[in-house]
Amino acid sequence: MTATAPAPRSRTTLRLSLTRGRIALVPLYVPLCIAAFFFILPFVWMLSGAFKEPSEIAAYPPQFIPDGLGTGNFTEAAAGVSLWRYLGNSVLVAVVSTVGTLFCSTLTAFAFAYLRAPGRNLLFGLVLSTMMLPPFIILIPSYSLYQWLGWLDTYLPLTVPHFLGVGCAFYIFLLRQFFLGIPRELFEAARIDGAGRLRQYWQIALPLAKPALVTVTLFQFVASWNDFFGPLIFLTDSSKFTLPVGIRFFQGLYTTDYGALMAASCVSVLPVLLLFLVAQRFFVQGIATTGGKG
Amino acid sequence: MNALHTPTTRAREAAPPAPRRAERPSRWQRFRRSESAAFYLFLVPWIVGLVGLTLAPMLFSLYAGFTRWDGVHSPEWIGLANFRVMFGSDPDFWPSFGRTFYYAGARVTLGVLMALALAAILNTRLPGRTFFRTVFFLPAIVTGVPMFVVWSWMFDPSGGILNYLLDKVGIAGPAWLGSTTWSMPALILMSLTATGGTMIIFLAGLQGIPVELREAAIVDGAGWWHRFRAVTVPLLSPVILFNVVMGLITSLQVFAEPFVMTQGGPERSTYVFGMYLYNEAFWYSNVGYASALAWVQFLVIVALTVLVLRFARRRVHYMGS
Repeated sequence: MTATAPAPRSRTTLRLSLTRGRIALVPLYVPLCIAAFFFILPFVWMLSGAFKEPSEIAAYPPQFIPDGLGTGNFTEAAAGVSLWRYLGNSVLVAVVSTVGTLFCSTLTAFAFAYLRAPGRNLLFGLVLSTMMLPPFIILIPSYSLYQWLGWLDTYLPLTVPHFLGVGCAFYIFLLRQFFLGIPRELFEAARIDGAGRLRQYWQIALPLAKPALVTVTLFQFVASWNDFFGPLIFLTDSSKFTLPVGIRFFQGLYTTDYGALMAASCVSVLPVLLLFLVAQRFFVQGIATTGGKG
Repeated sequence: MNALHTPTTRAREAAPPAPRRAERPSRWQRFRRSESAAFYLFLVPWIVGLVGLTLAPMLFSLYAGFTRWDGVHSPEWIGLANFRVMFGSDPDFWPSFGRTFYYAGARVTLGVLMALALAAILNTRLPGRTFFRTVFFLPAIVTGVPMFVVWSWMFDPSGGILNYLLDKVGIAGPAWLGSTTWSMPALILMSLTATGGTMIIFLAGLQGIPVELREAAIVDGAGWWHRFRAVTVPLLSPVILFNVVMGLITSLQVFAEPFVMTQGGPERSTYVFGMYLYNEAFWYSNVGYASALAWVQFLVIVALTVLVLRFARRRVHYMGS
């Protein structure tokens, strides 16, 4: 930069060119705003629909802002199906599966990052290749397995596999990258102080990997929260449904009751929306890492 | 660097002396203390899952693909009959494949182009770019069945918001999910709002392009389009490739969107492969046949990925290698 720097310009020209640069950017706002409108529209529409009276729902031309903030749709949704129960079920499944994911993916990633063993690269290749597996090929026979174990219509098929690293490939990859960034000297020092490998994992690797752990927690929580296929297949008793299948069930019962449907959707979406707004940084970092190694 | 390493070296020199006891540790003791043992012990949960819940089910579904099996009684070996039916007489196989490719092709092409365009715009010093990034990324995370339900209502031909907006600009909107021609485009349109993840990956890629290269192009008098074509796209090609492959893998498995929004209709216009597979397995209890279908889907995805990577090998430009 310094070698090729142009002759110093006067302040005014610099400011002028800056302004010109800003003005040149204005046309860029047109596509951005159009795209942003359509990206945000479903959320606005859902939120306004949740508070609309039946007459406002049917109104044409459509009304964006409801006249009042009646909670009738929420009460109706809770009466039609066990909305709050679904919310509880979703929280339970998401929390347990996230704990399982953290347990297995940190152990596995730690081993891949720090321990040498014959077959390590081959196994890591296997980790990466399981990322590509379509769920059907595993779920159809797993269904029979769980049937045989008597696990159908329980939360076990939705949680236990996470403790065994199923669906954790991306997290293992992410955590391994992070662990590799921790200076080896720290582990060396701990080893000399007599810390075993389990203690190195628990007292050095995990505390230092907090940002990565937060990323994994968020991704798995949201993945489990949004999961539709697993609960659809494994749960049959409607009182055990999680929110996605619950809403689908609700939609089947009251096809055109849009107000109540929007209220139920709001309840389902809100926790993830808040997580996203509070911790967007972690989502961005997590996603960006996947592409970096492509 | 050297200064950094000294403490370790010193520490290593001061390592504890050899074990006091003179007798050599047994083979088992040596293994227990060894690094390999620790590695495999740490991996026990994952290996149990890999073997028990991934590899074994996969192999079993491969076997089941050659059987007639309802999922309850014991499977009956019928050789290649499932595949003969699939490729020969099943009226749903080829059309559902076609629809899936229509969906995946359009979604990946349009999605990657849009994500790249948005990322390129957001990579400038535009005021408010953080806000736009949030807005574009949000629907990629906050998604799933509730949002599909919202979109179903937005697509409503008579009272829906989309046709109202189209009407405002003088276009008579189609019947969307109620039309055999427009149901699939509707699903593709909706999927475009979920490209935020792809956009984030592109943004990270764009930030990795050395500023000097772009400055050099500006000094050479290249316009923005030329700069984009000659500098950005080649340097970004590994990331583009990654996004295309990942997009294909995801969209060839599409299931929940049509399941919730159209149930495969109208007149099977959105009856994609995922729907077909689900119905065969869990509705009609043709579990053997569905297993064969699942393997075909898996092999198609693998083949397509390999094909894309092959094709790209000549075109993708990896920096520094």
